[in-house]
Amino acid sequence: MANVFPRWVNTIPIKVIVAIVLIKTAVVLGVTYYATPKYTRVGYAPTQPVAFSHALHAGQLEIDCRYCHTFVDRSEHSNVPGSNVCMSCHSMVRKDDPMLAPVRESYESGEPIPWVRVHKTPDYVYFNHSVHVNRGISCVECHGRVDEMDVVQHEKSFSMAFCLECHRNPEEYIRPVEEVYNLDWERPEGEAAEAEFEGFVHDWKVNPPQSCSGCHR
Amino acid sequence: MRIFLAIYVFVVIAAVSILGFRGTTSTKPPLEVFPDMDRQARYKPQAENEFFADGRNDRPVPAGTVARGNYFNQKEVFSADFEDKRLGDTVLLEGKNADGSFVKKLPLEVSYELIEQGRQKYDIFCGACHGAAGDGKGVVQPYMVGAVPANYHDDRLRSVEDGYMFDVISNGFNQMLGLKDRLSPEERWAIVLYMRALQKSQNPVAEAGI
Ligand code: HEC
Ligand code: HEC
Ligand code: HEC
Ligand code: HEC
Ligand code: HEC
Ligand code: HEC
Repeated sequence: MANVFPRWVNTIPIKVIVAIVLIKTAVVLGVTYYATPKYTRVGYAPTQPVAFSHALHAGQLEIDCRYCHTFVDRSEHSNVPGSNVCMSCHSMVRKDDPMLAPVRESYESGEPIPWVRVHKTPDYVYFNHSVHVNRGISCVECHGRVDEMDVVQHEKSFSMAFCLECHRNPEEYIRPVEEVYNLDWERPEGEAAEAEFEGFVHDWKVNPPQSCSGCHR
Repeated sequence: MRIFLAIYVFVVIAAVSILGFRGTTSTKPPLEVFPDMDRQARYKPQAENEFFADGRNDRPVPAGTVARGNYFNQKEVFSADFEDKRLGDTVLLEGKNADGSFVKKLPLEVSYELIEQGRQKYDIFCGACHGAAGDGKGVVQPYMVGAVPANYHDDRLRSVEDGYMFDVISNGFNQMLGLKDRLSPEERWAIVLYMRALQKSQNPVAEAGI
């Protein structure tokens, strides 16, 4: 009997297997690389209605974060300042600069400046700024070097793994409370320093929640 | 097979070049891959709300109302035997006596904690303009046009009442805007106490005479 199938047909199964393996690898790698907050959120830097620069105000002029984000150490929400705060200086500094026209308009009319929100946790997550900030967790750990940014950008992923990473080992991130607003504080190394940080965790009875109801309440 | 491989390589390269790498800056809002219950009908501070005509979630205080308690003491305010002792206390809240004259001495008990709190708040809220030593030479001062932050070390400001200082912090003075929206009355008194300490530290001779 003559061959029904030509000889090359024998290689089909192997080719199909190779193709499936290749496609699968690409899809798995693609999803793990792209479909996570590390890709979707990090680097988000919306254009703001006023070209406000933290690098100038917080970095170069060294204005304390709390001059503007006044309630960060007192409430769960870190407020974005109203235009009266800007005007406390800009009624004397750069009075007639066209870059600041929206600020002046807002101050006169009482309409807020429509700042675009950068960091947003999902609504089923409970987050509180004051507990973190008053226990020696600095803005840098979650927001990066804001004092070097001209436009605020999303630095960290804010995924659940990111929060838990620190909640499991707070001693690796904690610092003296006076240094929380000093974003370029350098973490001392060595055993003495580590003992000190563990001391903070122990003395202040720092106990970050790892149970679901701590953050999903 | 060759065609398949060519397409495969093309698709991978196309995907990477369209999607880019992690951490590249973008102005597009983040994609929510599974937006199950991420955004719910819930009030968040400083958020938008279509229900109100001005689109704001935070409501302005209606004219002619008196706040009873605030975010920080709401638990007490809603308890049955709550009595607002501070309401109408012009000495504590405005730095003025009932007849409208300024209070001479601050109405709080002086303690190390109070002066320490004053130092902290002073460095945050006043230092940028008035300088850490209160000499009017803060970082922002060189940029100012048509205004000079006051130097506290002159005889007039050394002799004014504590209540006057309190009033300047609360309601401002000429070009300086008030800060009462950001500082509680206790914090403002703490700053007054710290300013007095600053004035004394720069004027030790007069101190010796007293
Ligand atoms: C002069 C006032 C001012 C100072 C000082 C200041 N900020 Fe801001 N900050 C703003 C304003 C206005 C915005 C909103 C506009 C924007 O995002 O750029 C903002 C936005 C932010 C955001 C993004 C909020 C969001 O939308 O998710 C972060 C994070 C932040 N600031 C951190 C800091 C830190 C950390 C410091 C101290 C090193 C600081 N800021 C000091 C005025 C200030
Ligand atoms: C403590 C004082 C202070 C406060 C508060 C402040 N600024 Fe400024 N701002 C300055 C100074 C000083 C400069 C630099 C002026 C110069 O370089 O001539 C400046 C410059 C600017 C510029 C121009 C930047 C450029 O690239 O030229 C903008 C825009 C601006 N500020 C926006 C804001 C906004 C919006 C707020 C409110 C959130 C604010 N500022 C609050 C002091 C302040
Ligand atoms: C433990 C992590 C963490 C630390 C520390 C932290 N933040 Fe945040 N920040 C967040 C998260 C999470 C959000 C988003 C909150 C939300 O969606 O309600 C946020 C949001 C903000 C916002 C936007 C408004 C808001 O509250 O939603 C500002 C402004 C801000 N942070 C400023 C600061 C400043 C200033 C500091 C330091 C004094 C700081 N943050 C420290 C995690 C942190
Ligand atoms: C860099 C370290 C760090 C990161 C990152 C961090 N936390 Fe925390 N968190 C802490 C510490 C430390 C405490 C414990 C404070 C205490 O014991 O008072 C805490 C406490 C908490 C609490 C308890 C508050 C309370 O009222 O009991 C909540 C809720 C919380 N964190 C949520 C979050 C969420 C959500 C994130 C992620 C967006 C996050 N945290 C990221 C360090 C961190
Ligand atoms: C430290 C705070 C924290 C704790 C503790 C925590 N979570 Fe979360 N969880 C988060 C944050 C933040 C997110 C949002 C992540 C995001 O948006 O990428 C989240 C998201 C989730 C999601 C939704 C994921 C998605 O993408 O749809 C589930 C489900 C979840 N958590 C379950 C749990 C369970 C179960 C536990 C207890 C074992 C738990 N969480 C404990 C902070 C926490
Ligand atoms: C934005 C810059 C700025 C900030 C912040 C600021 N001041 Fe002033 N202050 C001024 C200027 C400018 C004057 C001078 C006003 C004038 O003479 O027109 C002044 C004047 C004063 C005076 C003198 C009043 C008089 O009778 O001569 C006092 C007292 C004072 N400030 C206290 C404070 C205290 C306390 C704080 C912090 C809570 C503070 N200021 C924050 C800019 C500022």
